[in-house]
Amino acid sequence: MIGEGDLEALARGAAVLGTGGGGDPYVGRLLAARALREHGPVPLVAPADLPDDATVFPVAMMGAPTVMVEKTPSTERIGATVAALAEYLGVTPTHIACIEAGGVNSTFPLVAAAQLGLPVVDGDGMGRAFPELQMVLPTLSGIAGTPMSIADEKGNVGILTAVDNHAAEALARSLTITMGCSAIISDYVMSGAQARDSLVPGTLSLCARIGHRLDRVRAEHGDAVAAVADELGGRVLHTGKVTDVARRTVTGFARGTALISGESELTLEFQNEHLMAVRDGVVQVTTPDLIIVLDTDTGEPVTTEALRFGHRVTVLAAPTDERWHSPAGIALVGPRYFGYDTDPVRFDARERP
Amino acid sequence: MRIGIDVGGTNTDAVLMDGDRVLAAVKAATTPDVTSGIVTALDGLQTQHPFPPADVQAVMIGTTHFINALVQARGLAPTAALRLGLPATASLPPMVDWPGRLVGAIAGRAYLAHGGHEFDGRPISPLDEDELRRHAADMAANGVRSVAISSVFSPVNTEFEVRAAEVLADVLGPDVPVSLSHEIGRVGLLERENATIINAALRELAAGIVDGLAASIAGHGITAPLYLSQNDGTLMDVEFARRYPVATFASGPTNSMRGAAVLSGLGTCAVVDVGGTTTDVGVLTGGFPREATVEVSVAGIRTNFRMPDVLSVGLGGGSLVRGSGTDTTVGPDSVGYRLTEQALVFGGDVLTATDVAVAAGRVEIGDSSLVADLDPAAVAAALERIATDVADVVDRMRISADPLPVVAVGGGSVLLPDAFPGLGAVHRPEHFAVANAIGAAIAQVGGEVDRVFAIAPGQRDAAVDEARQEAVDRAVVAGADPATVEIVDFDEVPIPYLPGNATRIRCKAVGDLRIEQAAGRRA
Repeated sequence: MIGEGDLEALARGAAVLGTGGGGDPYVGRLLAARALREHGPVPLVAPADLPDDATVFPVAMMGAPTVMVEKTPSTERIGATVAALAEYLGVTPTHIACIEAGGVNSTFPLVAAAQLGLPVVDGDGMGRAFPELQMVLPTLSGIAGTPMSIADEKGNVGILTAVDNHAAEALARSLTITMGCSAIISDYVMSGAQARDSLVPGTLSLCARIGHRLDRVRAEHGDAVAAVADELGGRVLHTGKVTDVARRTVTGFARGTALISGESELTLEFQNEHLMAVRDGVVQVTTPDLIIVLDTDTGEPVTTEALRFGHRVTVLAAPTDERWHSPAGIALVGPRYFGYDTDPVRFDARERP
Repeated sequence: MRIGIDVGGTNTDAVLMDGDRVLAAVKAATTPDVTSGIVTALDGLQTQHPFPPADVQAVMIGTTHFINALVQARGLAPTAALRLGLPATASLPPMVDWPGRLVGAIAGRAYLAHGGHEFDGRPISPLDEDELRRHAADMAANGVRSVAISSVFSPVNTEFEVRAAEVLADVLGPDVPVSLSHEIGRVGLLERENATIINAALRELAAGIVDGLAASIAGHGITAPLYLSQNDGTLMDVEFARRYPVATFASGPTNSMRGAAVLSGLGTCAVVDVGGTTTDVGVLTGGFPREATVEVSVAGIRTNFRMPDVLSVGLGGGSLVRGSGTDTTVGPDSVGYRLTEQALVFGGDVLTATDVAVAAGRVEIGDSSLVADLDPAAVAAALERIATDVADVVDRMRISADPLPVVAVGGGSVLLPDAFPGLGAVHRPEHFAVANAIGAAIAQVGGEVDRVFAIAPGQRDAAVDEARQEAVDRAVVAGADPATVEIVDFDEVPIPYLPGNATRIRCKAVGDLRIEQAAGRRA
């Protein structure tokens, strides 16, 4: 079960898995707190416990986190978004799922589940955050993102059917912009068997565990960064001070480079999420593995937007779900897709030269 | 001549200054009504350095009164929060994340209405004036005495907030003040709205305090204009203070840092303010405090005020000293205001940081013979611990590898060594105990822009110029001498996931107060 008391921890853990992107989960946490207070706790179901014939509806927000903190979402429409798609497909949803565990999208499915009185699957479609709709493991399993529903707070609802998941991203993105850069979507409807096969299991409870552990470690004045590394099976790549942040906008996405001084100098490349870490010209790790920036003192995750000159940070690297390292996974979310001319470099528990 | 006054929780400090020179400096006890403490302090200045009241060109006051009123939930007006944005935002109504105690203290009532804008300036829905009139009638029926209005993306388009205020004034009459969110905060609806509601709740109190301050100055025959210092170290005139009391919230640390800067002649430095219980460390860049970049929580309410970035550590004159050798600890617990009963030098039985400083001969407080038999090695270890702990905090605040000069102020700064390892010499300016009042006296006037600009290809320079000019214009309107206005802060952040190269530009300009013109305006 997930109750109101777990939300703060869950949202903090989700910001860790957000790897710098996915937005500030504060608004998502408040929305979920309200829904859980009103409707009670939501049961959490492990993917392994899903019946084959379950009908799983993932729910997410699409748009700009900066917009969501100003035009805060209207959750009345979340249930309606799911209902519209269910009606179009002629099926009855049995479970709600999370498509992106990192950032604000960790908590929106809880609101939908609370409103509809359905359980939530303890897992997600990527095990982290990525910026585009097709960037989910279900795409690798051949699951179609559409038909999908997309709704704004005014009552507009669209049903989209696209030829592939890349086309779904392009179409939904332009609708989202028209809807004011913040929309609710339900997509990748799948059976229980498909969900078991294609989702990353246990990520919601992992988020909550990371958050609770951060609280505990901080109360004991322990090493918050080490605790996060331990939960994720990762290691500290670098500790230092941000000495330069250069940002540029390319086709509507924020790209940037941050320099972090310390015993050596680490260069971080980011585009919404942190995607590549380079030291002395040697690539240390790249997407799809996790590159996480934490405040060195508090262990609090730092988003790419909040990264500023002078900030004392620790950079962690941690392994991603193994399926992302398949050739098809690398084609979808590897460094070349994001425009970096390099082969992927995998997380290595040992220090690199 | 100028007079700077700092009204703190314990002391009211005042200084009489001629340019950067301190002519007189006094400390008086802060009184519950604020004004009689100020009267005592002004009398003290007159005694120390007699001056003709007509020679005073400006009086600047920094006060923690408004933030204390909020924290203690006293003197707050019954307040309504009206938000324009339906059908968006309804799930998180105004005051959604407030402590219940404070909602009760302001008898907070939340109203949602149609309006608001999208990120690009399109309306979310048209303003419904009948709906606003109904809400206003309900406010009147429920005894609301102050209103806060927030509209979605009002930093992009202010039109609906301005119009809604007119409609409310029409129903509620001119005696109910209305605070508008676009004048108070930045993008981030809940945080900006929270600051606006706090501002609304403080407006009655502000009117009373501002009148009291003006009366106590006038009582001394001073006809110069009165200013209050803001969170960012710039000034606002009393009319502005009546309307935006929330802007004074963090002026204490800001004034102390700015005062330290002028006393030491250093524009870029770390300021270490050592009190009885805590040490606050801030960093000045180009004479202004570096601002915190994360949301600041005030009395349990999340806001996005412009606040200085200050790191505090539990170490001060009253801190308890324990252990020995390298295991020696100082603080975080302190005897606080009981220093004069419990410290060894005052005949008590608690070993405090002050006792160690006296034993080492750094300062004469109390009876030094009572600490004469302390083990010199233990004294040295405690002072070493203090130096290491404070140096560590300063180092955390450092933003580059370049050496950063350290300026020590506050009564407890005698605990600090003459130099920090790796940081260099510690500057101890004269009048360090009244740095806050000096900071208030030398404050400047500023203007700021914080908006999302849609930058067309090749038009970046034009947008940047527009933002800079707007900041300069705002500073001049606020009372800055145009010849002295300069841009002190500029920040440009592209916003992810938004089309059209949307870029958030923040720009701040400041200049010296236009004294003659200001005095003339009053006449």
